Amino acid sequence: MKRNKTEMALIAVSMVFIVVMLIIPLISVIVNSLREGLSFYAAALTTDYVISALQITLLAAVIALAVNTFFGLLAAWTVTKFEFRGKHILTTLIDIPFSISPVIAGLAFIMTFGRMGWASEYVTALNSILGTDLQIVFAVPGVVLATIFVTFPFVFREIIPVLNARGNDEEEAAALMGAGGLTIFFRITLPQIRWALLYGVILCTARALGEFGAVSALSKARGATFTLPLEIDALYMSGQSDSITAAFAVSSLLVLLAVGVLLLRSFIEYKSERKRAL
Amino acid sequence: MIKQLLKGNHVIPGFGLTMGISVTMLSCFVLIPLASVLVYSLHLPASEYVRMISNDGVRNAFMTSISCSFLAAVINCVFGTILAWVLVRYQFTGKRLLNGVIELPFALPTAVAGITLSKLYSDTGLIGSVFAQWGISLAYTKIGLTIALVFVGIPFVVRSIQPVLEKLDPAYEEAGNMLGAAKTAIFFRIILPELRPAILTGFGLAFARGLGEYGSVIYIAGNSAKNHTQVVSYVIMQKLNYVDYAGAASIALGLLVIAFVTLFTINMIQIHQARRAS
Repeated sequence: MKRNKTEMALIAVSMVFIVVMLIIPLISVIVNSLREGLSFYAAALTTDYVISALQITLLAAVIALAVNTFFGLLAAWTVTKFEFRGKHILTTLIDIPFSISPVIAGLAFIMTFGRMGWASEYVTALNSILGTDLQIVFAVPGVVLATIFVTFPFVFREIIPVLNARGNDEEEAAALMGAGGLTIFFRITLPQIRWALLYGVILCTARALGEFGAVSALSKARGATFTLPLEIDALYMSGQSDSITAAFAVSSLLVLLAVGVLLLRSFIEYKSERKRAL
Repeated sequence: MIKQLLKGNHVIPGFGLTMGISVTMLSCFVLIPLASVLVYSLHLPASEYVRMISNDGVRNAFMTSISCSFLAAVINCVFGTILAWVLVRYQFTGKRLLNGVIELPFALPTAVAGITLSKLYSDTGLIGSVFAQWGISLAYTKIGLTIALVFVGIPFVVRSIQPVLEKLDPAYEEAGNMLGAAKTAIFFRIILPELRPAILTGFGLAFARGLGEYGSVIYIAGNSAKNHTQVVSYVIMQKLNYVDYAGAASIALGLLVIAFVTLFTINMIQIHQARRAS
């Protein structure tokens, strides 16, 4: 194919930008993580701190995923299947976590459940009734809440365009023929959105596993409430060269996850393009 | 039943239930915690705000966050437009890869991006050492901070422009071409005005994200009060660590107001442009 000069130049600019800004950083994580050899790499991933952080991270991610998927499906159903006043306001409110500093998200839970937060007395009262010692802020529940907050809109956002594009004809026909809500959802809507839902779920998981700012405000105990990103921060900030390498080793786990997300995204796009072409 | 049909809505069951659960969950996980920050910061005495505004460190942090996010968003608009153009209009090998990698900053945890960029652009890093030869330091300066914000913001701009460019009717370009307009004239007089709302949206999203960014900037920024490389979210986190909740909340309110004004302004400009166009 013959190309003109502008086309060549623009493609070259794009390639250089992507390689320098995105691909080199990605490769550099892996290179840095293997600086001290494979046995160091393996040892860095199996310290008590890392294993504890991995457990907390997975716990928070699984809960956030369940909550946000449930919410995303219900909210998307409400917004796309019905006309009502204030729909625009509702979607704007759902998008809030996208445009808010993660540090403010952490602050929000401190202001709610912290020592001077208005809800702390209710938590204390609940604890005295149940005889438990449930802590929210600076404990695992706070980490979970912060994770839910920052990933809240992801599933919702990913399935909305598909639902809008498909319209409601099939659902309305089914409803007129007497199908119940759950039947309509599982037999008609879910098959339509399954790829978008899958991508939303994966993206939500990746973000939940990688959240740093919000969790950082609410979690101060290494080895107890730290998540993987916080453990990376602790290792990196200690400043010694081998712990920095360990920080990159832990990071490489999250990089693999990110690459997995991107591959899945490309795969889903490829599938939907083929479907459109057929 | 007939009335419902004519209105074309509420044929599908489940409105009350899904709406109720969605709004309840949104309130519990997002709105109420955020409202706590608002209520708390609005109850602060005026002297607290005077203290915040008269504090050089806080003022500088706001200046740094705003100026660097603005610059990064402008850079992203330039490269984002080129990238979107190349991805939509040209066919070349590696296009699918390029398209997939754009979303890396969404999928890569911010802390991982932060430590990698900081290492790459430090005076001994792969990219930083090239500039260090000429006596230019990138990491731990505002330049490094801006680079990190470019990394974080690029997918917002590309993904805002891409769909608009795909739907753009080529008839006007062809008309321009046949009437003998130069390529640059066609781009700046015909295509760019069509893309302007999308570029503006991308700019707003990237700018708002940059203002609140924490994980990917704190390592590369250096966080020096003397060199004005502290960002607002870093200062909030510092206040939280010193248990200065009043200080943290007053700065957070400032940040929320700026983010809100940005998104509101961009919405207004778009509505204005849409009216003029029609």
